Amino acid sequence: QDVPSSKLGGRYTVTLIPGDGIGQETASAVKTIFKAANVPVDWEQFDVSGYTSADDKTFKQSVESLRRNKVGLKGILYTPVSSLGHSSFNVTIRKDLDMYASLVLCKNIPGYPTRHEGVDFAIIRENTEGEYSGLEHQSYPGVVESLKVITRTKSERIARFAFDFALRNNRKKVTCIHKANIMKLADGLFLNTCRELVSKPQQFDVMVMPNLYGNIVSNVGAGLVGGPGIVPGCNIGREYAMFEPGCRHVGKDIQGRNTANPSAMILSSVMMLRHLGLDDHANKIANAVSKTIMGGAVKTPDMGGSSTTTDFTFAVISNL
Amino acid sequence: KNANGNYTVTLIPGDGIGPEISESVVKIYKAAGVPIEWEPVSVTPVLKNGKVAIPDEALHSVKKNTVALKGPLATPVGKGHVSLNLTLRRTFNLYANVRPCKSVVGFKTPYDNVDTVLIRENTEGEYSGIEHEVVDGVVQSIKLITKDASDRCARYAFNYAKETGRNRVTAVHKANIMKLSDGLFLASCQEVAREFPEVKFDDLLLDRACLQIVQDPSIYADTVMVMPNLYGDILSDMSAGLIGGLGLTPSGNIGRDASIFEAVHGTAPDIAGQDKANPTALLFSSVLMLRHMNLNSFADQIEKATLKVIADGKVLTSDLGGRSTNTEFTNAIIAEL
Ligand SMILES: Nc1ncnc2c1ncn2[C@@H]1O[C@H](COP(=O)(O)OP(=O)(O)OP(=O)(O)O)[C@@H](O)[C@H]1O
Ligand SMILES: Nc1ncnc2c1ncn2[C@@H]1O[C@H](COP(=O)(O)OP(=O)(O)OP(=O)(O)O)[C@@H](O)[C@H]1O
Ligand SMILES: [Mg+2]
Ligand SMILES: [Mg+2]
Repeated sequence: QDVPSSKLGGRYTVTLIPGDGIGQETASAVKTIFKAANVPVDWEQFDVSGYTSADDKTFKQSVESLRRNKVGLKGILYTPVSSLGHSSFNVTIRKDLDMYASLVLCKNIPGYPTRHEGVDFAIIRENTEGEYSGLEHQSYPGVVESLKVITRTKSERIARFAFDFALRNNRKKVTCIHKANIMKLADGLFLNTCRELVSKPQQFDVMVMPNLYGNIVSNVGAGLVGGPGIVPGCNIGREYAMFEPGCRHVGKDIQGRNTANPSAMILSSVMMLRHLGLDDHANKIANAVSKTIMGGAVKTPDMGGSSTTTDFTFAVISNL
Repeated sequence: KNANGNYTVTLIPGDGIGPEISESVVKIYKAAGVPIEWEPVSVTPVLKNGKVAIPDEALHSVKKNTVALKGPLATPVGKGHVSLNLTLRRTFNLYANVRPCKSVVGFKTPYDNVDTVLIRENTEGEYSGIEHEVVDGVVQSIKLITKDASDRCARYAFNYAKETGRNRVTAVHKANIMKLSDGLFLASCQEVAREFPEVKFDDLLLDRACLQIVQDPSIYADTVMVMPNLYGDILSDMSAGLIGGLGLTPSGNIGRDASIFEAVHGTAPDIAGQDKANPTALLFSSVLMLRHMNLNSFADQIEKATLKVIADGKVLTSDLGGRSTNTEFTNAIIAEL
């Protein structure tokens, strides 16, 4: 995608929204590494939180900044479960800026064995309609209807994106999990996919699907290759691109303990560098992450080690 | 249901490999002396007032006996007709689908510590069937959640947890995004939880459930997961994938007017009539049925014998990596009883 961005004298300005939970810790890992690697990126940081109200001022400012810079790096914002709570900020940003495609890369990392070997697939997910329409009402006490909207325009758009992605990245196969109108039929197809995914994940290459299914498949995929701490992702539209960890977990249970695995966020930022055309920096950081994991000495608790987020970050820097 | 000291149970052999695997179950039950008399019926659709319907004989049999065991059915191809499974579900108000999934010792998969129980709301949700094209190229599909259906599904889950000694129920939902619909389902579960103070209750977002179940399914070994229709469909199929496919997983449909236990795999037309099918899924479904009927000792006996045969690994059907026929496998189970 050839998206213009804020570039001045060879430097780029990027919006940074660390998010809730482990967002601050993992975002600061990225900042430290970028500085050490002399990456020509200047951050415009907004400490938005999903715990605030719907009309939060920082939230609005962060969206404005994204509009300006066109490129962002983001952690995950908490979404209240209560029916009185506001709708998801994460969904709002993607919809407002029409970042219709979500891309998540699930790939085994050398040096980090899991139950399944040789997994390497991309998940492409429609990001702006489907079950996340937010259209719900109580038609009678005790009876709730929730609308799922699927349109031809958006379905074609995401399909085109998927094939384009496959061509550009030399991928051979696109598995389409669609359900344009015969939901029943397509669901059967989807179920099969999930079963196949946990028993023979190696057969998939590029998968394209509607919103809710994407949520499920990306979490299954992460489970296969080693967890939410290592799977990167991004959201792309015609004008804007926002990079965020692929599984979209807040991680509030380990917040503030310096134990989060920053790899998902770092690898998301690597995707961002490629998007900005800073391939040399991207490769340098990606290699440093691989080397750190391959080395096996520095592992965060989710990888079965006892290193801290900071340890991992410094290890990456020393491998630059 | 006592006739002459026995229970009468409707048997729907089904299509494809259905008759062969049903025959295995019948043979094993006879050998184990289970006090059940089978009433075989066909559900091959008939035309009634110009509409495809299930034969009256089958309907009456299930209604009278209130318990049925069913093999796989071939879904008639062609547009416009409702599937037989859906018709059965509507006719007998089969509101909850229960799917236990347990690793089978001796059958190697990447996972060897699966022991999950899923209960899925079976009548509404994303499968309401209400959908239409609003204008060209824009389709709307309605997910319907009602308090009544959510309540009775939740109540079944809590009862199941209590009776099987799991003593914990976990609701799986996406109420952060679908605040009203999944919110209502969650609220129902919370309310029913108060009727069961001895059963622990917690809830979990669907994404996290998917993530954790593929990473380490053992963390759900002490709970009964309950969820709306679509999520149940997905998670139960995925659990089946974890233990090595549908050839080993049982399923039961619990209803107001009757309960139907069934193998969830297909009719396998490619091997039908060749004595190659694996009867385990149907047999395990029947074990679930025996427990439902409080015939626990027979259930344990048959389950143990089957697991023993699979663990020994000497007599296995080809889907389990062996070379024996269904008949040989069945006889091996009988020898272990
Ligand atoms: N970068 C990471 N490094 C290590 N563990 C992580 C990372 N991201 C998520 N996790 C873990 O994955 C699990 C799922 O996280 P999740 O983020 O769903 O929790 P949450 O979002 O705070 O809670 P919920 O999703 O229930 O609202 C948690 O145990 C969390 O600690
Ligand atoms: N009980 C069983 N024992 C042995 N193999 C089975 C069994 N059930 C399914 N299979 C095998 O698994 C594969 C998929 O089965 P399935 O019945 O779903 O096929 P299908 O063509 O999808 O049939 P249907 O359209 O009726 O679902 C087939 O190759 C079949 O041989
Ligand atoms: Mg989460
Ligand atoms: Mg099938």
